[in-house]
Amino acid sequence: MSESRPKLALIASQGTLDWAYPPFILASGAAAMDWDVAIFFTFYGLPLLKKEIKAGVSPLGNPAMPMKMPFGSKGFQNFNWPIPNLVSSNIPGFESMATSLMKKTFKNKGVATVQELRDMCVELEVKLIGCQMTMDVFGFSKDDFIEEAEIGGAATFLSYAADANVSLFV
Amino acid sequence: MSDHNVKMTLDCSGLMCPMPVVKTKMAMKKIEIGEILEMISTDPGSMPDMDAWARQTGHELVESNDEGESIYRFFIKKTH
Repeated sequence: MSESRPKLALIASQGTLDWAYPPFILASGAAAMDWDVAIFFTFYGLPLLKKEIKAGVSPLGNPAMPMKMPFGSKGFQNFNWPIPNLVSSNIPGFESMATSLMKKTFKNKGVATVQELRDMCVELEVKLIGCQMTMDVFGFSKDDFIEEAEIGGAATFLSYAADANVSLFV
Repeated sequence: MSDHNVKMTLDCSGLMCPMPVVKTKMAMKKIEIGEILEMISTDPGSMPDMDAWARQTGHELVESNDEGESIYRFFIKKTH
């Protein structure tokens, strides 16, 4: 199989909890199917390489985000709370509340944490590439990241992606 | 119920996508070629996903069963 392994090239450009999931889910899933996988972390996606992931989620500017309660009866949990942005953006602490509700709901449903998915990617030898330019702009050093992270630029990603079967920008 | 010569059983109950395929992949490292892994899942998505996983990896999905009440059971033979 190894000679003709399909290749997946992902760019992770967003660092919020909701956007952190797709690249790690696809990468670990592809690696589980013996694909060769690399994720290039750039701009707001770069902090996903930090030793401890502190991703949160904001309902602001996320009008389709369902607000679910992770407790109570099934009907209560499935109810989608219609909280307008105008309200949520003006309540102090609303984002940390939304983040903990999402984490709790995911946990209840058996979804792995972003950290766990990243650990799986590391174990399955997914290449994790941090963007050098973003590091310079936002003031990160290589020591801020997990040791498996490599550092590179656009050319590094593109040379990997040149013969990839699937390339996605997330 | 099938009577396979199961070498190892992996219980992925309660885990959602992509964990059943990820854990299956890792479990395959622990058995030898020709041996059979039994995997149990409660994720309905694992039915199509295990099909796809077997097609991609080349391992043989000997049998997959929807046992009802959200229990899915797979028998996978390691081929390489």
